Amino acid sequence: MVLPEISIALPEIFLAVAAMALLMIGVFRGNGSTGLVSWLAVLSIGVAAVLVLMGSGEAKSGLSDLYRVDAFSNFMKLLALGASALAVIMSMDFNKREKMARFEFPILMLIAVLGMMVMISAYDLMSMYLGIELMSLSLYVTAAFRRDSLRATEAGLKYFVLGALSSGMLLYGASLVYGFTGSTNFGVIADGLSSGRIETGLGLLVGIVFLIAGLAFKVSAVPFHMWTPDVYEGVPTPVTAFFAAAPKVAGMALFIRTFAMPFGDVVAQWQQIIVFISILTMALGAFAAINQKNIKRLMAYSSIGHIGYALVGLAAGTEEGVRGILIYMTLYVIMNIGTFAIILSMRAKEGMVEDINELAGLGKTKPYMAALLAMFMFSLAGIPPLAGFFGKFYVFLAAIDAGLYPLAIIGLVTSAVGAFYYLRIVKVMYFDEPKEGFVPMQRSMGVIMGVCGVITLLFFVYPAPLLSSAAHAASALFN
Amino acid sequence: MEIGLAHYLILSAILLTLGVFGIFLNRKNVIVILMSIELILLSVNINLVAFSTFLNDMVGQVFTLFILTVAAGEAAIGLAILVVYFRNRGSIAVEDIHHMKG
Repeated sequence: MVLPEISIALPEIFLAVAAMALLMIGVFRGNGSTGLVSWLAVLSIGVAAVLVLMGSGEAKSGLSDLYRVDAFSNFMKLLALGASALAVIMSMDFNKREKMARFEFPILMLIAVLGMMVMISAYDLMSMYLGIELMSLSLYVTAAFRRDSLRATEAGLKYFVLGALSSGMLLYGASLVYGFTGSTNFGVIADGLSSGRIETGLGLLVGIVFLIAGLAFKVSAVPFHMWTPDVYEGVPTPVTAFFAAAPKVAGMALFIRTFAMPFGDVVAQWQQIIVFISILTMALGAFAAINQKNIKRLMAYSSIGHIGYALVGLAAGTEEGVRGILIYMTLYVIMNIGTFAIILSMRAKEGMVEDINELAGLGKTKPYMAALLAMFMFSLAGIPPLAGFFGKFYVFLAAIDAGLYPLAIIGLVTSAVGAFYYLRIVKVMYFDEPKEGFVPMQRSMGVIMGVCGVITLLFFVYPAPLLSSAAHAASALFN
Repeated sequence: MEIGLAHYLILSAILLTLGVFGIFLNRKNVIVILMSIELILLSVNINLVAFSTFLNDMVGQVFTLFILTVAAGEAAIGLAILVVYFRNRGSIAVEDIHHMKG
């Protein structure tokens, strides 16, 4: 018997201990051990994923009800763990070549993953805050990791200031929710609201609005997206790849859990706000990306847009909507990791390039890479039968079933506008005059982009596993 | 005059507003921004402690202790990032932070 009370947090405890152990290895063996520490970090993430899978699928909460493990948390944790492991693998070669290979880097990512897992399982405003801060503080350091680069440190500074502001807003919301409901526990708040014991007055509503503002910062939804383009552009590319995938999954999971569980019975109070944010986010993601020249900045606007589409599912406020978000986030992570594997392979003789025009003629010089990038772009634009289409399909379906016709129509229009800038990349690759080609890519990058590409291309052949596990995960929140 | 819950809430709301304005209106110095962030967190603490007393519930005070602890770590990381930025840029004026735009 291993202390039943803490055993529900076994993967998290393992990750925390592993991070400490790796820190020891790094400290005693110096920067020469970066490769070893990175692979051990990937291994630890793998073990944590196995521990998540081994836990029973039934919902239970523990640790004084601060923590909850259910099918939903398992789904999101596996997604965040997978995305982070791939990000660690993708960072290794880049860091070595750019002479920024230090052993702290994978360890910081490991601690960030730990924070994400706490966020995903949080069942109380306190554990929610601690999870967010554990993730954010590691991410601030990761962003400014390249100490000698003005761009990276500026990005880190901006990320820190706006991130800290968002934590403050989230906390202010949490304090109001606590004051007007009398509890910080999600379960108690949900019971109070559904039984009518807690009345939904102005104070609670203001608290919810502040909570939404804080969470919207973390997933970079408009009007709290300002940091995203600067940070994505400024930080080293592997860090961008990491930021674009796993933290978004964790932020979205927390968003869903907060609004499906404690505030699930007062949908009418927050639905309008989410609809509004979702429309703005989709529109900004589509229009602001049109003039971008830097591919990382373009991907930043693209990720803003995708969060807007995912929020459509949340606006529906139904189990079906949550299922749509889970499918959307999974496919988004796969497409994004694949795209960033390609961006990380954009290395000319002089070094890394980030300008979209550098892709000119890639269809002739590197047909395999160009074909994959074209496919990811079509998929991100949501063109059937690629995976990205199904992600959009399920969230829009949920919105229509919930009667949110205008939202679904605006979503369709903005995705048509968004297709413009994705297709521009395809045009540059296939119809512009070739430039000097890139140096050969790393084999690990080739494997990652290939696997992501195959999943993106062939998802429609056998979608059942993802659809059923997403449905199972969503049902854990609604009963 | 009796000091009630409303007074604490108003004080905390004023502090929060001051903090947010301190971040957005200040054009001079990043240190002021860090101070504004602390102000926001402390306003939250006032809120939580006031509610905790009012509700006769200890959870709010426990939450406050967590916030104080995390705020210390946050300030340390913020200052560290500010130092590396200053080494690269030679200035911490807010209006100089504009390398990336668009």
